[in-house]
Amino acid sequence: MDMATNLPFDEMHLQPEAVRTIYNAYADWLAGVPLAQLELKRQEAEVLFRRVGITFNVYGESSGKERLIPFDVIPRLLGAGEWRTLSAGAIQRVKALNMFLHDIYHKQEIIKAGVVPAAILANAQYRPEMYGVDVPGGVYAHIAGIDLVRTGESRFYVLEDNLRTPSGVSYMLENRKMMMRLFPELFRRYSVAPVEHYPQVLMNNLRAVAQPGVQEPVVVLLTPGAYNSAYFEHAFLAQQMGVDLVEGQDLFVRNNAVYMRTTDGPKRVDVIYRRIDDDYLDPLAFKPDSMLGVPGLLTVYRNGGVTLANAVGTGVADDKATYIHVPEMIRFYLGEEPILANVPTYELSKADDLKYTLEHLPELVVKEVQGSGGYGMLVGPAASKKEIEEFRLRILSSPANYIAQPTLALSTCPTLVESGIAPRHVDLRPFVLSGKTVSLVPGALCRVALKEGSLVVNSSQGGGTKDTWVLQN
Amino acid sequence: MLSRTADHLYWMARYIERAENMARVLDVTYNMSLVPNAAESETALWAPALEIAGNVEAFEARYDEYTAANVIHYLAMDENNPSSIYNALRSARENARAVRVALSAETWENINALWLEFSQFFRTNLADSGLSVFCDWVKSRSHLFRGVSFGTMLRDDAFRFVRLGTFIERADNTARLLDVKYHLLLPDEEEVGGAVDYYEWSAVLRSVSAFQAYQKVFSDTIEPWRVAELLVLRDDMPRSLHACFDEITPILEQLSGRRNSECRRIAGELHARLHYGRMDEIFQDGLHEFLEDFVVSNNNLGMEIQRSFLNAAAA
Repeated sequence: MDMATNLPFDEMHLQPEAVRTIYNAYADWLAGVPLAQLELKRQEAEVLFRRVGITFNVYGESSGKERLIPFDVIPRLLGAGEWRTLSAGAIQRVKALNMFLHDIYHKQEIIKAGVVPAAILANAQYRPEMYGVDVPGGVYAHIAGIDLVRTGESRFYVLEDNLRTPSGVSYMLENRKMMMRLFPELFRRYSVAPVEHYPQVLMNNLRAVAQPGVQEPVVVLLTPGAYNSAYFEHAFLAQQMGVDLVEGQDLFVRNNAVYMRTTDGPKRVDVIYRRIDDDYLDPLAFKPDSMLGVPGLLTVYRNGGVTLANAVGTGVADDKATYIHVPEMIRFYLGEEPILANVPTYELSKADDLKYTLEHLPELVVKEVQGSGGYGMLVGPAASKKEIEEFRLRILSSPANYIAQPTLALSTCPTLVESGIAPRHVDLRPFVLSGKTVSLVPGALCRVALKEGSLVVNSSQGGGTKDTWVLQN
Repeated sequence: MLSRTADHLYWMARYIERAENMARVLDVTYNMSLVPNAAESETALWAPALEIAGNVEAFEARYDEYTAANVIHYLAMDENNPSSIYNALRSARENARAVRVALSAETWENINALWLEFSQFFRTNLADSGLSVFCDWVKSRSHLFRGVSFGTMLRDDAFRFVRLGTFIERADNTARLLDVKYHLLLPDEEEVGGAVDYYEWSAVLRSVSAFQAYQKVFSDTIEPWRVAELLVLRDDMPRSLHACFDEITPILEQLSGRRNSECRRIAGELHARLHYGRMDEIFQDGLHEFLEDFVVSNNNLGMEIQRSFLNAAAA
């Protein structure tokens, strides 16, 4: 936060009048474009997205209406130097998280060393079924979405790690395609690092994590089906990688192997990029009423008959209770200082942290350790006195269930809204890919909270997306 | 390819073809209704359209009268009629959406656009003035679908299942249409050559885009047996039963590979009947019996395709 003006950091402007250097050419261009023309471009994008069917489902409506995630035509820019730091930090983090996952399902040295408490093994996301199971290359989180927020020129924080089935990468790719179509002239002014090879990198990684000895691995993408809200992305990635998009009903298990049903009979499957949560993967091992999964899949997986990406049991590493320990993990496994900082977090199981938190509730965000999706959460600055006092009692009844964080002033980025161009809060999710190597394409999903002042960027709560330009120079 | 994918592709194509044929029947029936004294009653005029679609009883259960408005609504827009154009196109799009990966991007976008455009007709009163525009739109979207899939899809099994669906459905539709109208094709000594007959026959021809073809092939007055010959035995008439099986038979050969499939046998037998059959013999044994038998066999073929390719068991 800029203390002088009390305004959050803006990606484009240092002061209302001073443009950040990387935005100079864009600002020049923008000054010459009438607002009405931008609005037309926005509408054109909407028509195109609808035609391609980049939609979220709202089923049961007879008119066939499907919702579109709002797309903002003003890009977010990141300088080459900024990107170097962010990508190095994200890679470092994912390396450590994969090592942590291997460790926690094997020797558990990090617990023995007292760096992470043994209580982590009681976490609901810890899968005892995975204990002692070796996964190819020791890779657990093949695809990781690292959510980053910014509060100042060089101040980035990791808000959370998404290591289960992170989504959104199709928007990174489609938004770029759209921007190149709508504003080709801008791509002549800027040298924007390309992102289109993401599916190819992913495919190479997936092939690389087939069980040793498999010559031409057959890769499939497992989707919950056309009614899933991220179905477009599943279809998109399968198409881009040239692999079959399968549902649970298309697969079956026999003789310690997974097969798909084809018009030519059964065909062996070696690698499953699954976009179904652990709980639904195998009705024999997890939720017995799941219709989405494949009976017997877990047994084949544990015996090394098939590779799953991401691995089963990654949830224990992106849990809020584990998040706190990621900087320590980096030091423990890599012997390096973390490049990206965590949001300072108070563990209310600790007396000092609890005391501080109870004294500063109106300024803090308090989250339930096991909660997700914004449930069981207190946003101090937005809460009434009564809500705060009620929450205080809940904390006091079981402090260990909660963590607290300062309310961050997320950076803003100019965004086209009804009233014109106005600053809106943004976050950033780059996708880190792990196979033989750990890498990421120079780009990210940028989510924007379209409501004035809102800090909630989730698409389910009226958030939109922007193209993210990583500049080469 | 995945059996489920093949299933969706096959049914996607069938539903689009079904919508097109329904639109054709509606369009010509509506035009007939504008000819003075074309039929004794509204019922006599509209009932055949329902017979072709095979849902007279379902209609009667839901509507009191055979009015143009009722039948048009039932066949075009009724959400409760599983084979209304609305439901056929909706099903086509849902099938396509489930397997968009297997379609070329252009094919998928085309079907998606079709569905987005459909909503414009919700507000139109089809029975009053909008029917021709609607039917033309359905037909042209179906043409577009075939054109874009033919022009952009890799010639792999996905493409074969799409084509298979199109021609199995088309053969069924042409045979039903002809069967419902067959009594008109029986020589009737008293009334041959009447103006109404002319309109009826030409309507039959128009409903399968065969009017011009007829003129070109025979350049003569419309004779019932020639209409039958054109729609059953001529292999150069794209909606004839023979032409459909000229497409179906080789596709099944390719899909079956070295397998000894029942599909192949049924298709081969039907194809031979159309290839070597003679119209005078068909008339001798009864066109109605021939067509009825054809519809059953074609349906059996459809079920066999379903069994051997689309619902593949684990084994």
